[in-house]
Amino acid sequence: MSSIANANPEKSPTFFTNIGRVLSENIREYGMFIALFVIMGFFTITTEGVFLSSRNIVNLINQAGYIGVLAVGMTLVIVIRHIDLSVGFLGGFLGAVAAISMVQWNLPVYIVIPMIMGLGILAGLLTGFLVAQLGIPSFVASLAGWLIYRGAILVVTEATGTIIIANKAFNAIGNGFIPDILWANLFPNIHKITLVVGLVAIILFIISEINNRKQKLAYNFEVLPMNIFVIKLVLISLIIGGVTWLLAGYQGLSWTAVVVLIVGGVYHFITTRTVLGRHIYAVGGNPEAAELSGIDVKKIIYTVFGSMGMLSALSGMLFAARLQSATTTAGVLWELDAIAAAYVGGVSAAGGVGKVTGSLIGALVMMSLTNGMNLMGIGISYQYMVRGFVLALAVIFDVATRNRGK
Amino acid sequence: MADTLLEMRNITKTFPGVKALNNVSFEVKEGEIHCLVGENGAGKSTLMKVLSGVYPHGEYTGQIFIHGEEQVFRSIRDSEKAGIAIIYQELALFPDLTVYENIFLSNEICNGQVIDWNETIKRANELMKRVGLDVNPAAKIKSLGVGKQQLVEIAKAISREVKILILDEPTSALNEVDSENLFGLLRDFKANGVTCILISHKLSEVIGIADKVTVLRDGQTIITLDAQAGALSENEIIKNMVGREIENIYPKREHIRSNEVVLEVRNLNAYNPAVGRELLKDINFHVNKGEIIGLSGLMGSGRTELAMSIFGNPEKYKVDGEIYVRGKKYAFTHPNQAIDAGVAYVTEDRKAKGLILIQDVKHNITLANLRQLARNMVIDEYRESEVAEEYRQSLNIKTPSIEQTVGNLSGGNQQKVSLGKWLFVKPDVLILDEPTRGIDVGAKFEIYTIMNRLVQQGMSIIMISSELLEVLGMSDRIYVVSSGRITGELSIEEATEEKIMTLATD
Repeated sequence: MSSIANANPEKSPTFFTNIGRVLSENIREYGMFIALFVIMGFFTITTEGVFLSSRNIVNLINQAGYIGVLAVGMTLVIVIRHIDLSVGFLGGFLGAVAAISMVQWNLPVYIVIPMIMGLGILAGLLTGFLVAQLGIPSFVASLAGWLIYRGAILVVTEATGTIIIANKAFNAIGNGFIPDILWANLFPNIHKITLVVGLVAIILFIISEINNRKQKLAYNFEVLPMNIFVIKLVLISLIIGGVTWLLAGYQGLSWTAVVVLIVGGVYHFITTRTVLGRHIYAVGGNPEAAELSGIDVKKIIYTVFGSMGMLSALSGMLFAARLQSATTTAGVLWELDAIAAAYVGGVSAAGGVGKVTGSLIGALVMMSLTNGMNLMGIGISYQYMVRGFVLALAVIFDVATRNRGK
Repeated sequence: MADTLLEMRNITKTFPGVKALNNVSFEVKEGEIHCLVGENGAGKSTLMKVLSGVYPHGEYTGQIFIHGEEQVFRSIRDSEKAGIAIIYQELALFPDLTVYENIFLSNEICNGQVIDWNETIKRANELMKRVGLDVNPAAKIKSLGVGKQQLVEIAKAISREVKILILDEPTSALNEVDSENLFGLLRDFKANGVTCILISHKLSEVIGIADKVTVLRDGQTIITLDAQAGALSENEIIKNMVGREIENIYPKREHIRSNEVVLEVRNLNAYNPAVGRELLKDINFHVNKGEIIGLSGLMGSGRTELAMSIFGNPEKYKVDGEIYVRGKKYAFTHPNQAIDAGVAYVTEDRKAKGLILIQDVKHNITLANLRQLARNMVIDEYRESEVAEEYRQSLNIKTPSIEQTVGNLSGGNQQKVSLGKWLFVKPDVLILDEPTRGIDVGAKFEIYTIMNRLVQQGMSIIMISSELLEVLGMSDRIYVVSSGRITGELSIEEATEEKIMTLATD
């Protein structure tokens, strides 16, 4: 088997030299996973296992959800060499609008959600207009948005203060879990659907990896040595399996996790497989060359900011649903958390580089820090500092590995 | 007889793969105006960069003497201290700073660490009087015309103790009145003992002002001519600039005679509102099927601007005129429309404008025509790899795999990737802007062979080139551009280097 696997045969590579080579060649990609494991391991030890309990992992994922969604959109914004500071308060504001439309206008939830996302797109396109059409630097354009939406939240929550949302369906997005309908009597403490979903995910993952590998071999591209490839499959399957098991042991997959997985999946597909995705990365890699290659750079800017606005709206609703209310302080610092998550996830400030999946992991890293330190009882002041250090470390690591590649 | 002020002896400077200067010697006497002429790429600017310390001591071989004393310039600062000031073609002023701030930038007049603005303005006024610049010293640079900006540059140069003033193509952006003023000023300087080295393509000007003319060609000094009292003719200079056999690096091809017009441009004018400059004036030309058109002209003559104006005008010039592709009239507002109509443009600046250096060969080749590979906007990656592989083989791109990052390839192979990208668009008209700039002879030959193959398949090519030999070796027909106008059309039979150069310096 291993004879097929070695696209570039070396003198009988041993298992460990293989591992060393693969790790050092992909250190940027794997570094983040390693960091996540180290952080999780550390907190598991310091909290005597509480961190890795089913309940806390579910909690962690739900906490990271709204930042993860923002980080996905922010990835694309940073890839095309822009920034969007308005996303936090835009999300907070639209969350409040969602609350008002349900509580005061009695609109049904299936109208409210698409309507709010539509408003988000409009807001994003407005920023896009300032940036693409008028040539205003995105930092300034979105800073204006930041101030405006900040004010807007205060305006709409001024009269009532916190707006309590009573709609159960809406709140389920932030707190609920997917129902468990299979074999109700079998293993009552285990969430069977979640297990099935996890199993399907593992199978799909393995099939797609094997197909991908076959295709690459057919074109004589470099692939991982077979033993490493198998280890990678087993490791990732174990992780998916483990997380699934943990989730199933509590209440199963939360709706927040489902939303984040769908957003992540759709954006991952768009960025890696579609013409639009390729055009976005081309604009980020070299805007002038992209324009001369017939890509409408303005249209790309509109699209990316529009998508950012839509995800801000989604993020705001996730947060409002989680708190079951719209508050005056919703949106504070979200944009910076999202930007930090993207940078930790390997997005390059120089543009053209960065993966949606990386940013999701980045969001998980940052939220793990918060969550773990909360469990340890560390004060908020030190939490900020630790997160600052981790962000700086991540970027230093990124720059160092990038330079080494040259 | 005046003393020798500057002597550069046996200067050799190599870039990876190219010998830009080969054992050049150059001598300038005190108080003379010495012109340096030669084709693009002859080594004029490189020689001046050696002199001004842009290429520090050690990056070249040879010696520099001023007043017989050997100089070691480790940086521009060193050469400035020795009294050398250089003014580049592209002015290096700060548009949002005032005249006086620009003049004393990096040479501020200080009390301790604090700038003495009153003294600065006073001194700026004196310098402005010397160069005949009559504007408010507090005016911002961007509010001045190009001619006056040039005077600010000169004032800046003479604000230090300057012995040798180097001007690189100072009049390329100036109108005649401003040019005449500038030359008057240079004559004044000469009377005051300042020595000038002037690089220029406009030979009539050279003859009008020069005491001596040194001709460079292919990185070597050809001759230094005495030009005093108009004793020199343009022809004599041109003969020395070009006189050389056509080397046998142009693959043979039968010249096509087709009357099927593929691209026609009528009465095209272009104006750049950003810098307030007229770029193109009354351009008329056409391209037949299966033809290679040589678009010759010196750098800055408007060739690239012409290509841009045809190719969807991405620089947002103000363009009027008519463009016909296969008889159909178009008004492109974006390159993608030009691409759809069958026009492709391979840029001269492949790194900045052609390629996405951080992406791989495959992605670069397919970028301009991804729709061809996609169904419902989802890219078929199998087909993409096949296409990329096909072009890798047919263009002989030397890369370990099509997944190699383009930034890691050599210049010639990058150029082939850039070419591959546009061939995949399958255009009717391919505009190649300086297709062989900065690549080695072997790769050049390959590019020429590819071009011949393409026209035989019925494609039409417009080749923009500064190299006369390339134009003569490859074209079926030649248009010469000078100062934004087409100054002549030559068939390949009647074209000679001298004729092109005469039209190009018209």
